[in-house]
This record gives sequence, C-alpha cells and structure tokens, in this order.
Amino acid sequence: MMPKSPRIWQLAERRYRLLGSRCTACGKTSVGPRNVCPACGSEDVETVQLPSTGTVYSYTVVHALPAERERYGPYIMAIVELEDGTRVTSEIVDCEPEDVKIGMPVELAFRVIGQESEEGIIYYGYKFRPLVFRKTN
Amino acid sequence: MSVFNDKKTAIVGYGSYIPRYRIKIESIAHAWGEPLEMLRGLRVQEISVKGRDEDQVTIAVEAARNALRRAPEVSAKEIGAIYSGSESKPYAVKPTSTIVAAAIGAPLSVRLADYEFACKGGTEAIISCISQARSGMIKYGLAIAADCSQSLPGDVLEYTASAGGSAFIIGHGSGDPIAYFEGQYSVGTDTPDFWRRDLIKYPRHGGRFTGEPAYFRHVMAAASGLMRELNMKPEDFDYIVPHQPNGSFPVEVAKRLGFSESKVLPGLLSPIVGNFYSGSSPTGLCRVLDQAKPGQRILLVSFGSGAGSDAFSIVVADGIERKRDLAPKVEDYVERKKYVDYSVYARFWGKIAF
Repeated sequence: MMPKSPRIWQLAERRYRLLGSRCTACGKTSVGPRNVCPACGSEDVETVQLPSTGTVYSYTVVHALPAERERYGPYIMAIVELEDGTRVTSEIVDCEPEDVKIGMPVELAFRVIGQESEEGIIYYGYKFRPLVFRKTN
Repeated sequence: MSVFNDKKTAIVGYGSYIPRYRIKIESIAHAWGEPLEMLRGLRVQEISVKGRDEDQVTIAVEAARNALRRAPEVSAKEIGAIYSGSESKPYAVKPTSTIVAAAIGAPLSVRLADYEFACKGGTEAIISCISQARSGMIKYGLAIAADCSQSLPGDVLEYTASAGGSAFIIGHGSGDPIAYFEGQYSVGTDTPDFWRRDLIKYPRHGGRFTGEPAYFRHVMAAASGLMRELNMKPEDFDYIVPHQPNGSFPVEVAKRLGFSESKVLPGLLSPIVGNFYSGSSPTGLCRVLDQAKPGQRILLVSFGSGAGSDAFSIVVADGIERKRDLAPKVEDYVERKKYVDYSVYARFWGKIAF
C-alpha cells in the first residue's frame, strides 16, 4: 500500500488549525484554503482562521463503523455552524450520543483522526466538544 | 545552579489540559481483585483517563493553545523554540513539538525538540526556554510538559498513572509577565528506580525503591540546594509544588523540607486526577498560578526517575490578575468529568489485546 504521508501532510494545516477561505468578492467563508469561491466563482479568495466556537446545526450517530474505525465504538458526526455562519462537518467528542442536541454550543478540540496502521502515520485534526468554558471564549 | 537577579525571565502565558474521563481506584481494584485497604497509602481517589482519540500530542496541543490564550500579546510567529517533555510520545521517532508547531501556527524558523527524562522532561523543556530566552537566542519559547502515563495492567502504577499536561510561554524582558524565575537548581544520579526498555510498552519499577533513594533523595537535594543558593528558608515561600507520583509523597517531602501542609495542598492534584508523569508538577504549578497573588513565591520541584530533580523559585507578577481568566483554569478541567469503568478504561487505552 502506498504511504499516505504526502496527503496527510497536504491536509495537515487546515485540519490542525481549522483554516478556511473568505471570498473578497462576495464575502462568503468556507472550510479549507481554496483557489475559487464555491459560492460565486471568484478567484479573489484569502485564507483565514475560522472561529473556534459554534453550535450543532445537525447530527447523526454512526453505529456502522468504517473499517479504519473498527472497535472505536459509536460516534457522533455533526454539521457545526461556526460563529461566522460557516458550516463544517466534524465529529463531536466528549459527549455521549444521548446527550447531543441541535443548537448545543461547541468548541474546537484537537484529536487523533486516525492512523495508517500501528506502524504508520497518525492523522491529527479538529473535532468539536461541548462548550464548557463559555466565560473564557 | 543559576540565580536570576534581574526579574526579567518570566512566564508570560500558561495553560493546562486534562481529559474528561475518570476512573475511581475502586474500579481498578475491583478488576484485579485487590483489597482497597492495600491502596489507602497512595492517597489517590480517582485518576484522569485519556479519551479513545487522545494521546500525548493532543494534550500538548490543547495545553499550548491555552497558554497562547493567556499571552494575547504574543503571536505564535514570535515563538522561537518549542520543547516538549514526555515519556509517552506516540512516535518513537518524530518529535511531538513538530506537530504542536504546526497546530499553533509557529513560524518555519523555530527550534523544535522533545525531551525525555521520565517525569521531569517537562521541566527540562522549561530550563531550555529560560536559558535560550536569557541568552537572546529566542524572544519567546514554548515549554510543554504532558503525558498519557503508561502503566502495566495489574501493576500498582495503574492506580496513579493518568493523562494531562501543561504548557508555558517564557520570555526575557518581553511580554506581560505572569511570574518570573528567581533561580534554578538541578540534581541527577544513576538510580534505577523506574524505567522502560526500548520497544517495551509499559514501564517497570523498583517498588519501594522508588521512595527513599529516588524520589525523596532527589527532590530534597534539589529543593534544599536551591534554597541554600538563594539564601531562603521554607518560610520565604508561599507554596511548594513537588512532583506528585501519588497523594502521599508530595505531602511527606514538603513536611521533611519544613513546609506546612497548607503550602503543598493548593498545588496537589494527584489525589483527584492522578500522576501526569512529565505534566505532574507543572500542572500543579498552573493550579497554584490560578489562585496565587502577585508577590507570592512558589517552589517548584520536579522528579524524573533514573533519576534527577529540577527546582525553581518563581515569583508571581502583576500580569496574573490580567491573564488568569483568559483560558480555562485547572479546576475547570478537574470538575469536567465522566466516570468510566475498567473495561472502558482498558478500551480507551488499547489495553485489550487481540
């Protein structure tokens, strides 16, 4: 199997820091650095740091685990609406499936996303967790 | 021994992180059929447990981000060195500090390395940042002390080994100081009290031998040496934060050094979250900073098996009042908890072999 290192490296910055793009023409933001605005097609796009807090816009609980998450256990996948309105798909951690709610405030977390194998590269990146520290955010 | 008379080398940002999960030592004892009375001497009630997707790197990044929150005047681009101290790096070869650098947006021109000295790799990282900031090699350094402490299933270490850590941004004459360093003193010997051989998953230890010739000898020598060089006595300090392998050793060593129990309890975390290995005494320091007043003096003493100790005299500065509430406090993480039983703990830790 080809090592995934180059692809992991390519995605690391956006996954680690939740970088996004802002279109200077229409003002829309989206997840990940981009060359073209997905909303208006403008090429005047700048890379920006997306907000670290938001709310759960929608979610599902995954019970049929993908092969790379064998023995991980059920997990929550959500669309999180960030403070600036940008929506990002993310796992919700530090929360039991029965406790997740639409509208629940969440904050950025840094977690293991997966790994090639026991011998391979570990992928890290953003997930979200219930906002515990409202007073400090 | 180093004495810093200029009051300029300072912590300008600090932050901690503790995972959400806890296991009571009753649950561990139940799994192994150990009578609880045998464990009373540890003075530990429960320990933190890493989540299924957490490791030493994720804890280091969370702590580093909290340290940056408490240093709003510092841009990640101004950090010239990142040193991570740990004995539970997920990679044997590839520094944790490289991943932290990318996660916080450090510049390309940054000096990165990981330290290992059992439970005192974190204070080694602090010493490197102090010396490089004082020499002018860097404007700010980021020192990280974090571990997902390993323990052999069924071993007495399971009742204390936990997960957590802290990070410190250190500068010299720059930034808004939270606390400045007055002096530093280290000791080291060849003492085989606790070790982990190459390619072996869990550490081994010498049982009772980890006490007198290891922990007590080194912590007392470093603390006494520092006080002697600074011409200070226990009465000159408001707090003492020794390494915390369990709940009894730190209290006992403070007593032997002449400190009252009231000076060790504010930074004592091991009874309620366990031993973070490299992150143990540094996170105790953060808990003290969360409540200390400007002008108060703290004696921090790490201990790393093998063995050695690093002692620091630290004086709290005015910046603490402006910065304390900019990030979660240690207590916020202590109070955020969900209990798991031994089977879930073992699953999260990957202790169930197939």
